[in-house]
Amino acid sequence: MIYLDNSATTKPHEEVIKTFLAVNDQYYANPSSIHEMGVESNELLSRAREQLGQLLNTKSEKEILFTSGGTESNNFAIFGIARANIHKGKHIITTEIEHPSILEAMKILEKEGFEVDYLSVNSDGIISLEQLESLVRKDTSLVSIMHVNNEMGAIQPIEQAGRIIHTNSRAAFHVDAVQSFGKLPIVFNEEAGPDLISISGHKIHAFKGAGILALRKPMKINPYLVGGGQEFGLRSGTVAVPQAVALAKAARLAVQSQNNQAKKYLQWQRELKEVLKAYTEEVLFLSTEKGAPHIFSFSVKGLKGEVLINALQKRGVIVSTSSACSSKQTKTSHVVEALQIDEAFKKGVIRISFGIHLTDADIEGAKHALQEVMKELKGELVR
Amino acid sequence: MIWKEILIRYGELSTKGRNKKDFINRLRDNIRHSFADLAPLKIRAERDRMFISAENEEKMAQLIERLPKVFGIQSFSPVAACGKDMDEIKALSLQVMDLFKDEEITFKVEVKRNDKEFPLESHAIQREIGAEVLRNYQNLTAKMKKPDVELRIEVRPDAVYIMAQVIQGAGGMPIGSNGKSLLMLSGGIDSPVAGYLMMKRGVRLEAIHFFSPPYTSENSLQKVMDLANELTKFGANIRLHVIPFTEVQVKIKEQVPENISMTTTRRMMMKIADLVRVDIDALAIITGESLGQVASQTLESLTAINDVTNTPILRPLIANDKLEIIDIAQKIGTYETSIQPYEDCCTIFTPSSPKTKPKLEKVEHYESYVDFDSLVERAVKNREVHIFPKKKEQIDKFADFL
Repeated sequence: MIYLDNSATTKPHEEVIKTFLAVNDQYYANPSSIHEMGVESNELLSRAREQLGQLLNTKSEKEILFTSGGTESNNFAIFGIARANIHKGKHIITTEIEHPSILEAMKILEKEGFEVDYLSVNSDGIISLEQLESLVRKDTSLVSIMHVNNEMGAIQPIEQAGRIIHTNSRAAFHVDAVQSFGKLPIVFNEEAGPDLISISGHKIHAFKGAGILALRKPMKINPYLVGGGQEFGLRSGTVAVPQAVALAKAARLAVQSQNNQAKKYLQWQRELKEVLKAYTEEVLFLSTEKGAPHIFSFSVKGLKGEVLINALQKRGVIVSTSSACSSKQTKTSHVVEALQIDEAFKKGVIRISFGIHLTDADIEGAKHALQEVMKELKGELVR
Repeated sequence: MIWKEILIRYGELSTKGRNKKDFINRLRDNIRHSFADLAPLKIRAERDRMFISAENEEKMAQLIERLPKVFGIQSFSPVAACGKDMDEIKALSLQVMDLFKDEEITFKVEVKRNDKEFPLESHAIQREIGAEVLRNYQNLTAKMKKPDVELRIEVRPDAVYIMAQVIQGAGGMPIGSNGKSLLMLSGGIDSPVAGYLMMKRGVRLEAIHFFSPPYTSENSLQKVMDLANELTKFGANIRLHVIPFTEVQVKIKEQVPENISMTTTRRMMMKIADLVRVDIDALAIITGESLGQVASQTLESLTAINDVTNTPILRPLIANDKLEIIDIAQKIGTYETSIQPYEDCCTIFTPSSPKTKPKLEKVEHYESYVDFDSLVERAVKNREVHIFPKKKEQIDKFADFL
């Protein structure tokens, strides 16, 4: 099998699995216990925090909060900031193409009396900074913009957005970096950029069930889970030390190799695009040259995405429709709707996404399969 | 950045006429010691100020970041340098003033022309640079009397030196200029703060800790070591004397009535500390006691405890509120370590109702039934000494996992 669905989830890195097993074996004590073994677990946990803090440039290690994954980190950020900063206002800005874990949280806040504005995107999937500037107000308490879109790879101008937000309001700026961390540089800095960042472990070759919410500096945020007061009182529940350490390792490996991997991924994207160029009428590219290197998304006219997925699968190539979360639903994804593409292309969106285990030979295989499938389907396409 | 050297203004040593030279030498040695990792440093000490420079930008940045922790420095300023050419001076002035670009402030230009060969006179330089800066930065207003920022330009024979920023130093006196004392370090919030305050007055520290295994755990000892290590960040090595105290404590519990056992415990600690003090040639003992905070810190208790020695006992926190102490602890970074939940030897045998006004005669009477002196001497003899900061990095057992 050639696995080209790394934006849905990745295969864990061997080194990361080794870490996970070893930590489970040696440091299984509860990091909150005061006996020697607990203290050791806690020390290791702090080191994992410290390492992630350094990768993201937080003020101290205390700004790294371990969660159960991207959805929790996003929910945590949105509810935690909005509800703790009502004194600043009840106005929130986000985009039309966020992950459901942001959009669904917004719906709940709207019911609670928050006012939410949604930034639209152009056909490349990019927000307009002018629109952002016109929407930011004195009582805006939170802005949430995803760094890289999970369905088609558009990269948002986070730095410029950060500057606009910070000069015109007191709002906290949350960035969903689930699809970008470890692929593109994303760090905290003083004047521009995010105040909160969500990261998910299983997108960077760590495990499902682990993520972080990182804060640039200590800030007003409501706890997400209450109980024993773990994670500085913000997220109770015994901390999963092996998960945390594995995530720290995966994050280091990902960031270290991100430049080299990006070069490879871009090359592969170009090669796949080349194969599809023979079908200019029938194929629409949703990913652009300026998009994320690891996500390549396109649509075939008049076809259901499912058909293409099955045809490729028969040849051992695993791809997905626009996103794994929404692919089982029959309605068109909200991202595809937001892009305002031609009706004939809405149902046939396919996403190919790369990861570290892929080789040039795999891509050759995928190209070959894609070529065959397109030839086979051509009859259907012209029909 | 563009920094060529750092100008240091001395703390209160400016006022100490006779010993000034010693103090300046001490400060220079302390700086060399604190920044040993940045060596080689060029240090030039003058009567009223000192100049330091490191060999590259990275090390200069490190210096600027860490100098605010060194005692004996009132303030310091990073200095940039350029050639003796008006265009260069203008360009560099703009670069220096760029640091203030986000603030609405007043400023003036101050020129010293030591090099009389330079074609323009001070006033002319002042006018031209002032105009150039104002033209480029809308947020600045010129003001001659008490401006927020002075852009100082010195035309010296070798080059032109420019500075504007004044960074606050830690104040106080260079460590070591006021001799050495022994700090009683418990692991609580108060004693590290007491140590810090005395270091600020130029005192070199050694520390003593009473360890009662198995009633107190390795963790509580580790915590004290961490605290000792924290204190070394203010620019001096610290030796920590760990006293095996179990034997003494158990004896006290057996022989002395419960309600005065606390007083006796403190007296024994003081005796031991005094013996160690003599051994290491220190002049005084420092404690974190604050009047009335707990039963052992009433005037009556302090009298009974103090009775075992004539050595000066320095109690810099005696008149401070707990909240004021916590404030300093947070500022110097010892608070988080101090509040870790490990028992120390003072809390473990705490009687339910200790006497707040112990009578000295009674205490002495009960103690007289036991030969405490030999126990005390044995404890002193069997002490362990640790030196901070730790010379070699410990082997990182977690490195493989991360």
